[in-house]
Amino acid sequence: MRPLHIRNSKGRRLSLDPSTVPAIELVGIDKKFGPVHANKNINLGVAKGTIHGIIGENGAGKSTLMSILYGFYQADQGEIRIGGRPTVIRDSQAAIAAGIGMVHQHFMLVENFTVIENITLGVEGGPLLGQSVDRARVELQRLEKEYGLEVDPDAVIEELPVGAQQRVEILKALYRGAEILILDEPTGALTPAEADHLFNVLRILRDQGKTIILITHKLREIMAITDTVSVMRRGEMVATRATAETTVEELAELMVGRRVLLRVEKGEANPGAVLLSVTNLTVKDSRGVTMVDNVSFEVKAGEIVGIAGVAGNGQSELLEAIAGIRKPTSGEILIDGQPVAGLDASRRRDLGLAHIPEDRHHMGLVLKFEEYENSILGYHRDPKYGRGALLDLDAIRADAEEKIAKYDIRPPNPRLKTANFSGGNQQKIVVAREIERDPKLLIVGQPTRGVDVGAIEFIHRRIIETRDAGKAVLLVSVELDEVRSLSDRILVMFAGRIVGEKTSDAGEQTLGLMMAGIAA
Amino acid sequence: MTTASVPLPNWISYGLIPLLNLMLAFFFSGLVVWAIGENPLKALNFLIQGSLGRGDAIGFTLFYTTSFIFTGLSVAVAFHAGLFNIGSEGQAYVGGLGAALAALALDHYVPWYVTMPFAIAGAAIFGAAWALIPAWLQAKRGSHVVITTIMFNFIGAALMVYLLVNVFIVPGKMAPETRTFLPGGQLPKLDWLMGLFGLDQGPAPFNVSFLIALVMCYLVWLLIWRTKLGYEMRTLGISPSAAIYAGVPYVRTVIIAMLISGGLAGMMALNAVNGAAARLQVEFVAGAGFVGIAVSLMGRSHPVGIILAAFLFGILYQGGADLSFEMPSITRDMIVVIQGLVILFAGALEYMLRPTVVRIYQQFVKA
Repeated sequence: MRPLHIRNSKGRRLSLDPSTVPAIELVGIDKKFGPVHANKNINLGVAKGTIHGIIGENGAGKSTLMSILYGFYQADQGEIRIGGRPTVIRDSQAAIAAGIGMVHQHFMLVENFTVIENITLGVEGGPLLGQSVDRARVELQRLEKEYGLEVDPDAVIEELPVGAQQRVEILKALYRGAEILILDEPTGALTPAEADHLFNVLRILRDQGKTIILITHKLREIMAITDTVSVMRRGEMVATRATAETTVEELAELMVGRRVLLRVEKGEANPGAVLLSVTNLTVKDSRGVTMVDNVSFEVKAGEIVGIAGVAGNGQSELLEAIAGIRKPTSGEILIDGQPVAGLDASRRRDLGLAHIPEDRHHMGLVLKFEEYENSILGYHRDPKYGRGALLDLDAIRADAEEKIAKYDIRPPNPRLKTANFSGGNQQKIVVAREIERDPKLLIVGQPTRGVDVGAIEFIHRRIIETRDAGKAVLLVSVELDEVRSLSDRILVMFAGRIVGEKTSDAGEQTLGLMMAGIAA
Repeated sequence: MTTASVPLPNWISYGLIPLLNLMLAFFFSGLVVWAIGENPLKALNFLIQGSLGRGDAIGFTLFYTTSFIFTGLSVAVAFHAGLFNIGSEGQAYVGGLGAALAALALDHYVPWYVTMPFAIAGAAIFGAAWALIPAWLQAKRGSHVVITTIMFNFIGAALMVYLLVNVFIVPGKMAPETRTFLPGGQLPKLDWLMGLFGLDQGPAPFNVSFLIALVMCYLVWLLIWRTKLGYEMRTLGISPSAAIYAGVPYVRTVIIAMLISGGLAGMMALNAVNGAAARLQVEFVAGAGFVGIAVSLMGRSHPVGIILAAFLFGILYQGGADLSFEMPSITRDMIVVIQGLVILFAGALEYMLRPTVVRIYQQFVKA
């Protein structure tokens, strides 16, 4: 049995192996940002050689806590103990020196450097690169062998798939001698296969004695891989459990503070007229590689068509081609019967298209804008938001406040900079903007990527309501569960082609094989 | 995560930090003055007296301020659309041609206030025209606007010298300049405005274009923060990918932003050509276009900030000239060093003090 330190509900420490000092221990950590109490008296101990999960909704204080651990912030009160020794972590250098490595949700890699250049960056150990690169190469081979972290050391980062980029981040941390590895939402951008690979790596790391802290929204991941789990809510650590002794339902309830519906309830679809028709569509990317290969399908009013597939099989390009962001090479797209070739994104919106993009940071939102400014992005030419050349700020803000109330966007302040909202609330800003336009056709990419459980439930319900209001919905998601639970029909994409169509009751196994290009 | 994302109240971001930067710049300038064996406090006194101490000094300071407001706005408008217009210098120079043509054509026949709208339009149209080709190359061909506008500064300079030497020169005269405009082609001085404050600007060329500059500040503010076009420009400037998503037309927005930027730069000529010299001269811009970059940077591309920064540079220009006159060991080049230090601390090192201020602020808020 692995040594385990947990606290029971009365805060008494339970220690299954009292002789072991926790690898990392937080004692009474407290942090305020002005009136916001981000962390309230947090106590946490993680035993060496275990995987500890931290879950909580967006804004629960997980990121603040990890930022304190990694030296981005200083706690107002409390103590960090590493291997039993009180440690002051003033900046990330100090964190690295204390053996803490961090893999951020959005990778911190230089995209046009090679793997080995990224790994040695900052630890070159001298003015000339040659030696350190050679040293890194040897060390890298050892790490790869030991932990199953294979990547080509000479590959350029931007050419690597997301899963491999993440392995580089992990290697970076290990190369710097990390004993404690913090992963923030590590599977947010990964395919199921890549996520499985990551979990295998994490298990090997644990078995070799590394300590891993995993921050995630995904309850299934917590159940699958962690040894112990802590739940945060509104800045407090509300519970710590041994994973084997808890259930998904209990964790979800602890997180949200109420019972959560994990299954989506929806009635029968009622398909009507064809609102989106795609015929023989081919899309090439900037390098001339065919991403969407002669694809044809239809979406009718009153149905949700889901596209399942491993990330990178052309779904993103397909969505972008329909939305008017990417020019198709050939083929035809009809929105509500109208050909849209040559129309830009805003002309297509005029035809009744709404688009929740896959990447809210780069497309759906301008993070430096205030919330109300983002609430009109793409619809700013609407006379509703100001006649003639001028914007009617009063009307826009009133409109934004209405959406904030209806979608429970927190904090309810349209003047707040969008970057200061949590991921789930940012996504709600996009969802509110697009669905409240009352579109004929809604296309949705990764609607709940990096979004907490409560918000997922909310967004799913809104998408189904949109369908029930007689709209056509096209959904792309790499979360197979999401596609299966929301869609009325499922199209499976592999290598740019649609390899088959299934009804929503198709088994995970069947779809998985199709997604891998094995069965049709 | 880092201190960069910690929100600070506006009075700290836009008041305290720039003030601290400025004091730091003056401190290091003082060290430079001290190093060449002069008394920094005395030098500072000459600088202030020479720029703000007398009516004519203030007149000159505000004259420079006016030019810098125009070029500062020019750089700021392009910057909001994500474009770095280094070409304000050349656009102002060519803008002078438009302003001068209006004056030369009309000054015999009509009073100044009839000529003025034509001079404004001429300056703006010629300035905008000089930005059009770089704008088109950026929008359609992806040629970087920084490179092309720099090249157009040189082309513009050569073109203007050619025109002044071969076309506009007054027969029998040596100076490459147009004839002097009659009062009908000039912009009158603002003696009445100075008079309201009990000041006499004497020979200083402070003129009506200052008021035009203030109007343009308001219009630029309106454009950037209150119009749909401004919204599209800011979207494009901050996030090009979000702009594509939102259906902001890239080519159109880039070209319009550059035309407005060039037009504002061109209007700087109203101040120097119609207001001060009453004729078009070689190199009348005298670096105001480049100062506009610093002014925009320091003023955070906001019209209010630009007015303040332009005034600061007006003080440095006018006071600096006076200082080098009063203290011969402080040469004109020395003044440029001081200006450079102000740009360095207030513009380029804008964020240097920020982490420290954030830390102190957080301590303060916590307590």
